[in-house]
Amino acid sequence: MVKKLTPLGIIIRLIFLVIAIYVLFPFALVVINVFRSANDIVANPVSVSGMSLTKLHNNLVSVINNSNFSFWSAFMTSAVVTIVSLVLLALFGGMAAWVITRNKTNWSTFIYMTFIASMIIPFQVVMLPLISTFRDVGKFLGISMLQSFPGIIFAYLGFGGAMTVFILTGFIKTVPFELEEAASIDGCSPERIYFNIILPLLKPPVVTVTILNGMWIWNDYLLPSLMLGHNGKVKTLPVAVQAFVGSYVKQWDLILTAALLAIIPMIILFLFAQKQIMGGLVDGAIKS
Amino acid sequence: MRGNKAAQLVISILVLLAGLASIIISLIIDILRINFSFRGGMLVLGIVLFFMGLYFIPTQKHHKAIINVIFLFPLLFCFAVTVIIPFGLGLFYSTTDWNGIRMTGFVGLKNYTEMFKDPSFLWSLIITVVFVIINMIAVNVIGLCLAVLCTSKIRAVGFFRAAYFIPNLIGGIVLGYIWQFIFNNVVLKWTFEAFGYNSSMLSKYNTGFFAIVLVYIWQYAGYIMMIYITGLTTVPTDVIEASAIDGANAVQTFFRIKLPMIASTITICTFLTLQSAFKQFDVNMALTNGTGSVQNFMGQYLSNGTQMLALNIYNTAITKNNYAMGQAKAVLFFIILSIVSILQVRISNKREVEM
Repeated sequence: MVKKLTPLGIIIRLIFLVIAIYVLFPFALVVINVFRSANDIVANPVSVSGMSLTKLHNNLVSVINNSNFSFWSAFMTSAVVTIVSLVLLALFGGMAAWVITRNKTNWSTFIYMTFIASMIIPFQVVMLPLISTFRDVGKFLGISMLQSFPGIIFAYLGFGGAMTVFILTGFIKTVPFELEEAASIDGCSPERIYFNIILPLLKPPVVTVTILNGMWIWNDYLLPSLMLGHNGKVKTLPVAVQAFVGSYVKQWDLILTAALLAIIPMIILFLFAQKQIMGGLVDGAIKS
Repeated sequence: MRGNKAAQLVISILVLLAGLASIIISLIIDILRINFSFRGGMLVLGIVLFFMGLYFIPTQKHHKAIINVIFLFPLLFCFAVTVIIPFGLGLFYSTTDWNGIRMTGFVGLKNYTEMFKDPSFLWSLIITVVFVIINMIAVNVIGLCLAVLCTSKIRAVGFFRAAYFIPNLIGGIVLGYIWQFIFNNVVLKWTFEAFGYNSSMLSKYNTGFFAIVLVYIWQYAGYIMMIYITGLTTVPTDVIEASAIDGANAVQTFFRIKLPMIASTITICTFLTLQSAFKQFDVNMALTNGTGSVQNFMGQYLSNGTQMLALNIYNTAITKNNYAMGQAKAVLFFIILSIVSILQVRISNKREVEM
């Protein structure tokens, strides 16, 4: 079935292409310029002259081994913080959401309402007292809360909690209560009801929540920059990029290589889970 | 059987008490300021033991209540410590002379009255409002147009959707630096070759502001497009077919049928763009870091021509080390955001009903 192209069809296709070029142009520029040296880039940023694999190799080596950036350590920090936060958020969030939905009492409504109301609080209002509280509590208890993994994961559990509970309660409400009643009559304890019956059913909303939280935690800059600092040992990728750029103001070959390294993990993930990521982000937006 | 239960009761209470003791001892060490490095671990262990003991107490009657407590505790605790307590403290600190570590006295509402005498803050407030209004309109119109394009029956439409969506995957800091490169090198070269104009867009406050708007639209329109696509595909096809039979052309179908039917999607998208544009920080910081000189605003020379509210708060507190003032600005930020969000949802809901 071959359809003839109408003039309108050609125009629409052209529009598609022009927008796609505009959207992808910055990425193309990054990819081209990591193969070039700083002088070539300054001479003509939009050109393929002087591209070579050895230059890419040089750029990569000097960026990865740079002490301000230290890619692998930053990458591992970001990965550990994101993954542990996501797993704990899904686990604790599901547990809390289940208790809140299945207990129709004043306190459960109150907790739910507090969670919902807190979603409107911008990070800027809590960030300054948060840092000082964490510093004081850490000193008092002897647990280092700033510049440490437990501290930042703890903070992400707190900030991600509201949205996680909100989306999961919305789903648990649709799970028939008779299921739990039947299990309860058969002598099943509440914790087994949750882990054996409810938790397996929670897979779709947990995917949504994980994508929403994951995108935000992976790309977040302000919270880790305040909690971990730019000179600390523990740095996430966005903080490392910022620290790196701060130390190499006009070295565009190195800055773009660092940017590329920071982008690549997300792009690879997107190629593999494109449907889930786009669906999850849209789902989350529509529900909240 | 009965002996078993009694033994379980005794053991669980012992564990519970051990946990309690561990918590209390570690707190005593804290209060006495003894430098014992295991005191933090002891506290955590104490809490875990306490809940384990609680869990294994053999009681039919209270088991459900115990499970409720254990299930709610972890998330609620984190939430209280990271959001609720700092929020309360923040409101309190905004009326003091807090310096990030300690406070010496109350100043009442002085921080609030003071900030309105500061032209650079008022400037930030104004450009943030302008930024939000421009983006609420531009991102939604462009997102909707893209969505209409991407719901047309064209081959490889999936590829274009994914491509338009990609900028949204990447954090604002990295994007900001990539675009800084583009504006300072690529665009500069073009404008120089075309008009002989030899200064970067980012160095002037008006073109710099425009650059932030451009990057923001570039980043956000693809995401809004995806939400509109979801909205557009839920419009039932029989309604569209019926309108086609009645002789409506494509434009009429769009404005008279589709647009009213996705009113709730429009509400969601305007709400999202409002929220995210208002809180814009990362791109602002990476692209211009708020620089750009304004010659004469309220009789003063300003050097923060492209600094929006979130960045202004950050700089007031962190860079200028004026924590109490930064906190007061943040509280005002919160109040404005809540009022505007509530108003926006109210107005949209009304419009939805009318449509």
